[in-house]
Amino acid sequence: MIDLGPHAVFIIWAYIGVLISVFDVIAWTLFDARATARQLATLEACNPRQRRPETAA
Amino acid sequence: MSNDTTSRQSWWQRIAHPGQFVAWTTPLLMPLAILTAVLFVVGLWFAFFNSPEDYQMGDTVRIMYVHVPNAWLSQFVYAVITVSALGTLVWRHPLADVSMKAAVPLGALFTALALFTGALWGRPTWGTFWEWDGRMTSTLVLLFIYLGIIALWRAFDDQLRAARVVAVFTLVGAINIPIIKFSVDWWSTLHQPASVFVPGGPRMPLSIQIPLFLMFFAFTFLFLVLHLKAMHTEIKRRRVMTLQRKLAQRATP
Repeated sequence: MIDLGPHAVFIIWAYIGVLISVFDVIAWTLFDARATARQLATLEACNPRQRRPETAA
Repeated sequence: MSNDTTSRQSWWQRIAHPGQFVAWTTPLLMPLAILTAVLFVVGLWFAFFNSPEDYQMGDTVRIMYVHVPNAWLSQFVYAVITVSALGTLVWRHPLADVSMKAAVPLGALFTALALFTGALWGRPTWGTFWEWDGRMTSTLVLLFIYLGIIALWRAFDDQLRAARVVAVFTLVGAINIPIIKFSVDWWSTLHQPASVFVPGGPRMPLSIQIPLFLMFFAFTFLFLVLHLKAMHTEIKRRRVMTLQRKLAQRATP
């Protein structure tokens, strides 16, 4: 590891804070996307109007 | 709709349809995500293993590689939601308020990170985490504006009505962006004046410019990827709400 000098603690905490936040926002975006897609799939499955005419007939 | 009709539509009309927008932009997500990851890896390598110390600030210059991109995005994202607000109010574009709603939490995050990294850079450089000067105070106001917009979205059940109220609030809040930009010129401040996007080019050596621009593009592409993904989710969420409403109406005798 490179020597970050006498103010290393400020540099390290800045990067740790950014890293945690970026990781969290990516995780939340993916979680929200999957949860919403799952909810939509469930609703479309139980909504009769979503059936195509040939399958509904 | 026939193929002939589809081919006669302009790109503007085609992206106005939420389903077509998702279909068009989904293939872009993975290449953009890979490009973002590569930019971060290369940028961090340059930031920690190739960037020299600054002759005045020493190693704390490395905080600049995360502070400047976040500060840039705090304002860029606001510009995006301002254009989206105009899209909602003026052109009534169906995706404008989706774009606005998806971008706001990201803007709030980047603004909070700009303030956080700025405070950690300020302590060893200026001797203080915080100073109530023009640049820092107006950036804090920007964070409050973002949080206010999020609160406004949540205050309405009807998302289309919320979009118009939020759009007006966003346009009023846009006055803060030139204040942030010119605060370092208008008022006495600890914050340095603009040194990257200035006439005559950046006032720093190439060895510092390279990691700065790599991280700048890494964060910008991160925003684009997250914004696109969040827009897709918001489009699906609205479809969920429509279906829930239809089911509820059908269930009512």
